[in-house]
Amino acid sequence: MIGGAERLARRQRRLAFALVAPAVLLILVIYVIPMVLVVLTSFTDYSLVSNGFDWIGLENYRHMAEDEQFGNALRNTLVYALVFLPGAFFVPLFLAIAIQSQKRFRSVFEIVYFLPVTSTLTAMALVWSALMDSRQGILNNVLTSAGLPAINFLGSPDVVLYSLAGISLWSIIGFNMVLFLAGLTAIPSSLYDAAEIDGASHPVDRFFKVTWPMLAPTSVFVAVTSSITAFKLFDVVAILTQGKPAHASEVFLYLTFLEGFEYFNMGYSAALSVVFLGVIFLFALVQTLLADRTTHH
Amino acid sequence: MTDMTAIAPARIRLARISPGRVLGFVILALGAWVVVFPYIWMISSSLKPTDEVYDADFTIWPRTFAGLQNYWDVLVGQPYPTFLLNSLIVCGGILAAQLVTAIPAAYALAKLRFRGQTILLGTVVACLTIPINVTSIPLYLGVVKAGLLDTYLSMMLPFLVSVFAIFLFRQFFRAYPDSIIQAARVDGFSEIEIVLRLIVPAAVPAVAAFSVFSFVAHWNDLYWPLIVVQSQEKMTASLSMMQYRSEFDINYGRTFAAATVVTIPMLIVFLFARRAFIRGITMSGVKG
Repeated sequence: MIGGAERLARRQRRLAFALVAPAVLLILVIYVIPMVLVVLTSFTDYSLVSNGFDWIGLENYRHMAEDEQFGNALRNTLVYALVFLPGAFFVPLFLAIAIQSQKRFRSVFEIVYFLPVTSTLTAMALVWSALMDSRQGILNNVLTSAGLPAINFLGSPDVVLYSLAGISLWSIIGFNMVLFLAGLTAIPSSLYDAAEIDGASHPVDRFFKVTWPMLAPTSVFVAVTSSITAFKLFDVVAILTQGKPAHASEVFLYLTFLEGFEYFNMGYSAALSVVFLGVIFLFALVQTLLADRTTHH
Repeated sequence: MTDMTAIAPARIRLARISPGRVLGFVILALGAWVVVFPYIWMISSSLKPTDEVYDADFTIWPRTFAGLQNYWDVLVGQPYPTFLLNSLIVCGGILAAQLVTAIPAAYALAKLRFRGQTILLGTVVACLTIPINVTSIPLYLGVVKAGLLDTYLSMMLPFLVSVFAIFLFRQFFRAYPDSIIQAARVDGFSEIEIVLRLIVPAAVPAVAAFSVFSFVAHWNDLYWPLIVVQSQEKMTASLSMMQYRSEFDINYGRTFAAATVVTIPMLIVFLFARRAFIRGITMSGVKG
């Protein structure tokens, strides 16, 4: 009997190896080996256009400190994130609460606000650029007919990051709204009744007494994933501005892409990629720490 | 807070038509208009001749109907059917590979015991945070060395395994009762049969949610195709929009007919698989 159990365990172990083998192989090829290589490449001056390479230690990382384009990209990403994040958090939160209290049109609103999430952003970005056109665009038609000056949404260095943030907001609001809706639905209605008995009869009171604390885990998740999304801005820049005008829309990931795949400075681009991953790890760490705190509550 | 059971009978429901709700509805409706307007503008423009697209007074229905001509140009005169087919092949291939690799691995991680199990799970979780943008340089160099640039294989390569799928399915499989698996073993089911006949059918909701999620994500992807695709023959629908990046096609109507053709398939997928899609997103929140 014991021999049989052992044989079963051994057979299971061999079977388990067979079941995980394809995934393990691909994880090695797609994640582990490239991760090792990207770190190694970041210590070289490897360039696709020259033969051979030298080990230059931390030179690529040191170069970032004096690289104006790097500083510029960092600043642009930060400005963009500061515009994008409050909108990406509070607008969906408001929408989710408003939609939850609607009975008849709830699913219609859900569908409409969610449409941009599934849409091909490269195509819809083209539509936005037409709406934002400096001379004939419909947004400027509205502005001028209201007696306001026209805005060069995508062509002015002072405005372009705000315009890109607007387009990105349009595309992410439905996504975060769905997360908030799921969080709201999970709050037991007995808590609201209890709060009402305790004297929190005004909706604003109920929000701060029940909704906001109960929603904390969802809020942390939305805040962190949106931060990562902001940091990963690429598609809209690649299709609409390519970093122009005057590098005003050159954000971190786009610069990394340019260095690697336009200028072929693989070593430097690899170093930028490593920094990029470092920031994402940081966000993931913050999320884990905050998630622990909010669930203990 | 006070005793719940004592409160329940005292539950009071006020009349539900409050000014707040009406205001909420109005704001929601206005917001919905802003969200939908780009689609209306796009489809409307795709039916117009060029000189009408930027006309100062916008009309939803074109004054001169050029829709047939625009869509004929895009679907017959330009290689858009090829672009759509390429996207379909790449997304379908990616999804098939992801399911075939993730389901068995997730089952082994959830229900079997083997050496290296903890390390593998830890690696999967760690890889969840690594986006394609970080590993793209070595992957690109590997693709160049292997002479695979501009092939379907290279377009699918970085996505052939989804650590997200492995993690998601593992969570799902863990909830499956061990007693049923034991009983099946006693009845002479092999492990493969257990996976195919018990686990997979039970996991259909998770698999469906992930499938819609994966398909849409890769249909819309721009970053990786931009790096490995070089010829028109391999161009994906999403990448094809880059043709207009510096300047629009002189024919605006045709440009937005192309944009419509690229966008519509995923909108249809969403409308038909809305619940699965939204479940996929809320599931992404159950990490850890």
